[in-house]
Amino acid sequence: MKGGAVGEQATGGNQASWPRRLIVLVPYLWLAAFFLLPFVIVFKLSLSEMVRAQPPYVPVLDLAEGFEGLKAFFAALSPRNYALIASDSIYLASYLKSLEVASIATALLLLIGFPLAYGMARAPRRLQPFLFMAVVLPFWTAFLIRIYAWINILQRDGLLNQALQALGIVDTRPVWLATNTAVYIGLVYSYLPFMVLPIYATLEKMDETLLEAAADLGCPPWKAFWLVTLPVSLKGVIAGVLLCFIPMVGEFVIPDLLGGSENLMIGQTLWTEFFGNGDWPVASAVAVVLLCLLVVPMMIYQHMQARAIERGS
Amino acid sequence: MRKGPSWFNITALALGLAFLYVPIAILVIYSFNASRLVTVWGGWSMRWYIALMHDAAMLDAAWVTLRIGLLSAAAATMLGTLAALALTRFGRFRGRILFGGMIYAPLVMPEVITGLSLLLLFVAVDVDRGFWTITVAHTTLTMCFVAIIVQARLTDFDRSLEEAAMDLGCPPLKTFLTVTLPLIAPAIASGFVLAFTLSLDDLILASFTTGPGATTLPIRIYSEVRLGVKPEINAVCTILIAVVAAGIVIASLMTKLSGGRGQPVGTEA
Repeated sequence: MKGGAVGEQATGGNQASWPRRLIVLVPYLWLAAFFLLPFVIVFKLSLSEMVRAQPPYVPVLDLAEGFEGLKAFFAALSPRNYALIASDSIYLASYLKSLEVASIATALLLLIGFPLAYGMARAPRRLQPFLFMAVVLPFWTAFLIRIYAWINILQRDGLLNQALQALGIVDTRPVWLATNTAVYIGLVYSYLPFMVLPIYATLEKMDETLLEAAADLGCPPWKAFWLVTLPVSLKGVIAGVLLCFIPMVGEFVIPDLLGGSENLMIGQTLWTEFFGNGDWPVASAVAVVLLCLLVVPMMIYQHMQARAIERGS
Repeated sequence: MRKGPSWFNITALALGLAFLYVPIAILVIYSFNASRLVTVWGGWSMRWYIALMHDAAMLDAAWVTLRIGLLSAAAATMLGTLAALALTRFGRFRGRILFGGMIYAPLVMPEVITGLSLLLLFVAVDVDRGFWTITVAHTTLTMCFVAIIVQARLTDFDRSLEEAAMDLGCPPLKTFLTVTLPLIAPAIASGFVLAFTLSLDDLILASFTTGPGATTLPIRIYSEVRLGVKPEINAVCTILIAVVAAGIVIASLMTKLSGGRGQPVGTEA
């Protein structure tokens, strides 16, 4: 009898009662309305044209006009903005620059993040919660503030140049702000926790006896690292790379505050189209193309997350 | 036997942590600088904090930001907890894959895209933009973070406790309130704090969805920072860091008090 009760609970997902249905429906509808639906609108707008009016685009779907209005609406849509993006080299340069910056920054993050995660995983067990907390804390403190902190340090008469001069490394103060170097520093600084934590999560669970076995069988440490540690942590590395790479391609604040004004990243181009030129349709088309660029890494990421949930539940 | 960390490990740790913390420490120290020149040290002083007290525009922005943060964090905590329950306790339901996708996508989606799309939605349905539209935008983003933290806790703990309660005839709602909820409470608290700090911090979503009369602190800081470093901004940032740090300490104390052993912070993403 008891077994029956448990069985009933286990299959409870199908015999959905109203309260249970609500638990799914409320967050579902919220995300559908405020995350999914807006993308449909962006796509529609990317096929529209800018006008000096309120709202600043045509056509506007007028449901009161009925079927004729619907027909007129679809007839007025055109791929003109995409043609503009394809023909004007500013956009292409912007996309390429974003992909380049995000790739290099991801590589730097991996170079810095992996040893850090490895050090955390090898630290004494009782210290690990504190180290974990120490890496996570900056992630909680405001993102904008952390970029601002770097402006303080990198400006011409800032602390970095003062320190370099005091140590006698440079004679004249080099320019740091408004350079690619500053953008890379900002990106690595802001995204480091996103790279370290997934790698740490896999390394921490690694069975240490594997390394001992390798050593017992005469495998040198570097080779054991290459053949054992690296493959074990691969899943964490991929998760970290995706978590950093995808949002960095569309990054706005860091290149805007730390980078130069030539060769904008695509997030800045979108921002300028929207806030500077007020051209909402072109900004939408830029966003749609950016989304298309990111769709493959996003699918891989989604797939990994879905599998993680399956394993958990 | 477990080998201890090597020299390489210790150096990597020390350098990594220094890289993370030194810039913030410098910012905090320089907010107490008596000199108007941001790069010259002129002794300790509270003058920028006192100047802040008289900056009506900044205080106004802080008040707006605080209200949006609390409201959106409360909404996000409720929605995110429901979403986590749906993901972990409901088995397969129609549209589950889409649902999971909608929970995970906002975490990596470039914010310029999310911000632009939300604004276009608000324009399309013709609502007045300002306080409420920012709140909705922040709720949408942060509920996904809450969902992931709570979901990690839900998959973590022993299901047999819930099953035992139900076997003994406890109705589902009562089981949830007396067994499940106390167990996931630390994760819900962490979720709330994270949602609040993310809202406090957000520039991009707020810039897109704001309207007349709703200037948040990040929007204000951003417009000042574009003109260069100012000691007042150092002071505002230090206060923000202090607020966030206090929130985290409270959240982790709550985790300790309730005996939760789960990770106190939401980085399972």
